[in-house]
Amino acid sequence: MGLFDKLKKGLQKTKQLLYTDVRDLLKEGELLDESHLERFEAAMIQTDMGVVASQEIVEELREKHKGRTVVIDEIWDTVKTKLKELLEGDDSSTWDENDPLSPLNLAESGPTVILVAGVNGVGKTTSISKLAKLAQSCGKKVVLAAGDTFRAAAVAQLTMWSERLGCAIVTQPSGSDPASVAHIGCERVLETNADILIIDTAGRLQTQKNLMDELHKIYRVIGNKIPGGPHESLLVMDATTGQNGISQAKNFSEIIDCTGIILAKLDGTAKGGVVVAIRQSMGIPVKYIGVGEQVDDIAMFKPDEFVERLFEE
Amino acid sequence: MFDGFSDGLNKAFAFIDRGKLTESNIREGMRQVKQSMLEADVNYDVTQDFIAKVTEKAVGDKVLKSLKPSEHIVGIVYEELTALMGGKVDSSLHLKTEGITILMMCGLQGSGKTTTCGKLARMLKEEGWNPMLVAADLQRPAAIEQLRQVGGQIDVPVYTEDPAKSSPVQVCKNGLKAAKKAGDIKVLILDTAGRLHIDDELMGELELIDKKLQPDQALLVCDAMTGQDAVNSAKVFNEALELDGVILTKLDGDTRGGAALSVKAVTGVPIKYIGVGEKLDALEEFHPDRMAQRILGGGDMATLLEKAQREFDADEMLVQQEKMSKGEFTLADFRSQMSQIKKLGSMRSIMKMIPGMGGMADLDPDVDPEAEMKRVEGIIDSMTPFERKHPDKIDRNRRNRIAKGCGQDPSDINNMLKQFNSMASMMKNMSGMGVKDRMKAMKEMTQDGGPMGAGSKGREKQRSKRGPLDSAAAKEKKKKQRKVASKARKKNKKKRN
Repeated sequence: MGLFDKLKKGLQKTKQLLYTDVRDLLKEGELLDESHLERFEAAMIQTDMGVVASQEIVEELREKHKGRTVVIDEIWDTVKTKLKELLEGDDSSTWDENDPLSPLNLAESGPTVILVAGVNGVGKTTSISKLAKLAQSCGKKVVLAAGDTFRAAAVAQLTMWSERLGCAIVTQPSGSDPASVAHIGCERVLETNADILIIDTAGRLQTQKNLMDELHKIYRVIGNKIPGGPHESLLVMDATTGQNGISQAKNFSEIIDCTGIILAKLDGTAKGGVVVAIRQSMGIPVKYIGVGEQVDDIAMFKPDEFVERLFEE
Repeated sequence: MFDGFSDGLNKAFAFIDRGKLTESNIREGMRQVKQSMLEADVNYDVTQDFIAKVTEKAVGDKVLKSLKPSEHIVGIVYEELTALMGGKVDSSLHLKTEGITILMMCGLQGSGKTTTCGKLARMLKEEGWNPMLVAADLQRPAAIEQLRQVGGQIDVPVYTEDPAKSSPVQVCKNGLKAAKKAGDIKVLILDTAGRLHIDDELMGELELIDKKLQPDQALLVCDAMTGQDAVNSAKVFNEALELDGVILTKLDGDTRGGAALSVKAVTGVPIKYIGVGEKLDALEEFHPDRMAQRILGGGDMATLLEKAQREFDADEMLVQQEKMSKGEFTLADFRSQMSQIKKLGSMRSIMKMIPGMGGMADLDPDVDPEAEMKRVEGIIDSMTPFERKHPDKIDRNRRNRIAKGCGQDPSDINNMLKQFNSMASMMKNMSGMGVKDRMKAMKEMTQDGGPMGAGSKGREKQRSKRGPLDSAAAKEKKKKQRKVASKARKKNKKKRN
């Protein structure tokens, strides 16, 4: 099964849920009234996109279609356009489809540093290996830094991946200062003339001040060692995450100035709609999506396609 | 943990408080409750049901005639909230005294299964059950290693096999054999791999383990930050395994935890435990009634007390209480008490459990109670044993030396000593009080800046309106009063005779 199919399979469920729901709600030729809109809002909320974004879409529908007879295609058009608008944001970043690394802000000269953070259990380490594989396939030399020195066996997990991928890794014994791992990682990438350094960090809840301070230290250490770094601060988010995702994006951004989101585990039934709310309130774009447990199960996020596939038959 | 949620509800009820209660403004309030619940990730259908029920109860004569409508509605919301989360929950794991009880843990990837296995094993071990862990997650790289390390931390045996030569069912079967062979094992905890509920192959594997091992309890581990999808996965896992309970993890963050409300309502499976931190002792029983109280701002005193009773070293407490009542409380005692408090968990989480103090923990995000405590510890640690026993003997020389030792300003040492003195006298007064009064006094104390708040604003000096009181004159005055009183008593005695 190709990547495209996998992705499609992952998104199919999202589509099915929305589509069947809405087909039940609306019948061609009926009058669109308030109860339709309410049920439509419910369907939107069930994607986790949040009350605000859902209401915005419903408001748009109300304005354009309320009191008129239902033409399903027209209604879809309105929803699609609005969703795309919300997802693309103001900077309407368009990435080169043929270059899987185009969403990343690569350093103009010298190595690029990517710092990866997120709450516990979202799939940081797995996402890092996927990203490393992606970079390798583009001919980049990658170094990994096992910055999760807290969780039992986290270093072992990343080391296993580095062996499978055949890329360099820097580690420190469990319990040591993660900032020192970042520091050594920066040194290694400079020494070996590698292209990309990806730094793993321990999972932490955005409310744990001490751990967030620790993360900030890692961030500073990178900047001191490699000017302009980290060039990318990626927040990994679990697609099942609800409205807490907004708090995660907000708090992590304050600490490491997030440049993008990796939306992991999109192969389940969860729709990851919270990224709509995040894009809307903070402007942080999703850059990649994770659609499976295999190392190839990663894809560039395309707002346009995301929405199209959401609704295509 | 449900703070955000209670904020929203409070706002909704503030609306109801304004003006006269009418049917339409109940509805307006309820609309806000609904929005608040949806923002808290409570499942949409569950929310609808809830709103319908509460509205039905609230609209009508009873409420309209009652004196404090908002109170009445809070009562109903509390009742319904508790019922929604499961009423009285049986958090027992139904361990068998004979033979080996098998607990099977399952859940999505990254929900916290392995950590929760460790927490459960630690808890069971503490209660005297002899647990053993089985590493049945052959999927994720290094998962076996992780469980082995967790087991090592709490000194619990872990059964493992080479993932290349085994299967999850095989590992579980052999794990059970190994447990039987060991003889003294009472509980076997199976750590299965994380899986998607729509992955038929892996769900089939889980059902096979269920069939072959016949676990006594199948427990679903669920991330409290999950959104609307929480009910979908819980439903499928429940259909496959007939779950006996849910353990909700990562509730120590700022998630509003709507998943807790919905999972129970939709599947009927009770939430048994909650995970409130990464450390292996951060597992608590789930109390829907307390949680509902907490949502309404009532605090969670009972949980705090239960925790305190378990953690505090009873003997040491007794010795210190005696010292306190005699007024012999020294800095050394204070230091040892601080490490006792530390055992309870983070200051912030403790403060959140005391009614009325929940807000304080959030008031100033820049003040880190832990860091403050560490600072005070540093100061005390830089003192000699003599100084700890006789803080009044600390002069300028000693103070400067201590300041150098702990890297603080000499004035900080002074502040700390001042606060210690006021606290010591407070402790002396408190030793005679009941628990409730003590908590109240604690609260007052914290509002004044707190025992640890060396950096906080100084209290304004209070002066009597009657002017400075001469201690000799005061003594004389009391003497006179006593005399008058005794005379009166004698007089009354005579009269009675």
